[in-house]
Amino acid sequence: MSQQSMIRADAEPASHHHPDPKRVGDRVFSGLATGSGVLILVILALVAAFLLIQGTPALLADPAKLTAQGYGPFAEWVAPYVFGTLWAAALALFLAVPVSIGIALFISHYAPRRLAQPLGYVIDLLAAVPSVVFGLWGAAVLAPAVQPMWAWLNANLGFIPLFGGQASGTGRTILTAAIVLATMVLPIITSLCREVFLQAPKLHEEAALALGATHWEMIKMAVLPFARPGIIAAVMLGLGRALGETMAVAMVLSGGRQISFQLLTSENPNTIAATIAQNFPEAFGLKVNQLIAAGLVLFVITLAVNTIARWIVARRAQYSGAN
Amino acid sequence: MSKRIEVTDLNVYYGDFRAVEDVTMAIEPKAITAFIGPSGCGKSTFLRTLNRMHEVVPGARVEGEVLLDGENLYGPGVDPVRVRRQVGMVFQRPNPFPTMSIKENVLAGINLNNRRMPASEKDALAERALRGANLWDEVKNRLDAPGSGLSGGQQQRLCIARAIAMEPQVLLMDEPCSALDPISTLAIEDLMAKLKEEYTIVIVTHNMQQAARISDVTAFFNIAGTGSPGRLIESGPTEKIFSVPDVKATEDYISGRFG
Ligand SMILES: Nc1ncnc2c1ncn2[C@@H]1O[C@H](COP(=O)(O)OP(=O)(O)OP(=O)(O)O)[C@@H](O)[C@H]1O
Ligand SMILES: [Mg+2]
Repeated sequence: MSQQSMIRADAEPASHHHPDPKRVGDRVFSGLATGSGVLILVILALVAAFLLIQGTPALLADPAKLTAQGYGPFAEWVAPYVFGTLWAAALALFLAVPVSIGIALFISHYAPRRLAQPLGYVIDLLAAVPSVVFGLWGAAVLAPAVQPMWAWLNANLGFIPLFGGQASGTGRTILTAAIVLATMVLPIITSLCREVFLQAPKLHEEAALALGATHWEMIKMAVLPFARPGIIAAVMLGLGRALGETMAVAMVLSGGRQISFQLLTSENPNTIAATIAQNFPEAFGLKVNQLIAAGLVLFVITLAVNTIARWIVARRAQYSGAN
Repeated sequence: MSKRIEVTDLNVYYGDFRAVEDVTMAIEPKAITAFIGPSGCGKSTFLRTLNRMHEVVPGARVEGEVLLDGENLYGPGVDPVRVRRQVGMVFQRPNPFPTMSIKENVLAGINLNNRRMPASEKDALAERALRGANLWDEVKNRLDAPGSGLSGGQQQRLCIARAIAMEPQVLLMDEPCSALDPISTLAIEDLMAKLKEEYTIVIVTHNMQQAARISDVTAFFNIAGTGSPGRLIESGPTEKIFSVPDVKATEDYISGRFG
């Protein structure tokens, strides 16, 4: 005992000269962490620089030159694709968000534990399906399957502008593409929402129940308000994915350059991502610059969505405190 | 406004584990009944069977009878939601809803039941409940501020206001002062003395002095050892339990705490 303490007393001053192993570990770890952080920033900066440098020629080019050598004046050319990107993503979210929140609530607050866990796994598995498979499924299975429904909607509810126009004979419409996109963003939104719902404080759930709230009233009082920032973050992540998704849209949709809100026709606006993917292989010269400039536009849109999401979450944070 | 509770042969389970065994007792209206006993003897568990909050825990169940003025809370067809509207509860840790203002917190229960109540009536009710909880003077100028901005003691009184705004028959309190400082504790004890004129009050406490100070009846629970169920050892008028209890274990427990 006394020997030990003597050894320790001896060892103490030595540590000033030789950094002890713990501190080395700390330093290595903080170095790695800082390094990875910096690396991510560098990659992001490089991507932005690439988009800017390669895209600028198209942005600055004389419209006449773009008409001759490219796809046409830039703003005019890119506008329908920006519209198509936003419209498809908005439709996808409109379909996916209520379903995701419903499934997440079911898993976190309704399903018996034995059912909840497998269901959670299945949803997570859905996230692992490659997007090209979703594309195949959308084009080969979903489109023919929904075509009669779209035709029916068009015939009976055609007076509503959304369902108007000439119904597509193939079912490959923007609504079909939106369903495929919705299926792809569903797992992200669902699993994030489920995590947030599970974290709702027991304390407040019991407070609501003790006041005589029904199960659903308890969820409205104690779970959803607590989860709101998390839901917003989840939706924005889903939106990010829907905006950038290429394959599924490219395979389902034969997109064109219409700016049209009609959901059921064969004349659909294409998205930026799909346009780039479809045109890049044959592009050369200014066309390449123009496609890269479209990529820059998509980058800016996605960045804006993320920034807005962060701002909303931060603004709500002070009100949702689990204090 | 206050009802008598009669418990007969109550057994309470978490899954297969029996947490409380064979409790039979009566809880008188317009009086404060205190539950005391060592940690883990099932005081909270038993308390939560009185407003059917126990069954919120997955796998939890109850055998036996709890009569509220003769009506069995566990009878067939009795809706636990309705039971909880009659039997209010205050928890150990203050739990006002963080996204609601002070006023919304007080009216949270009312908004569930009776949405149509005119705004002026709601305001009057909120004031009455806050006055009843001795909180009105401290918050009357910031009724629309978030409830989570109050001190711990104020938050607990807000929770009491929220419970009495429902005008329950019974008020259950599980260690309502254990997270509070002595001044806030005194404020809540004063409040309870006032509330017992209108309500049946049941309080769980680890503070012997508190039980002796405020309660009319004391019930002592104990366990034989870990894993065995909690039992009601004896209950009776507080002066008697604290001076000449019938059972030696009660005396040991109480004097052990004082000694
Ligand atoms: N949710 C639960 N699931 C399973 N067992 C539980 C649960 N809550 C309590 N128990 C068990 O039931 C028994 C009684 O617990 P209870 O919380 O009622 O004791 P208590 O007298 O209130 O203790 P304390 O004074 O520490 O609050 C304990 O053995 C405890 O482990
Ligand atoms: Mg307890």
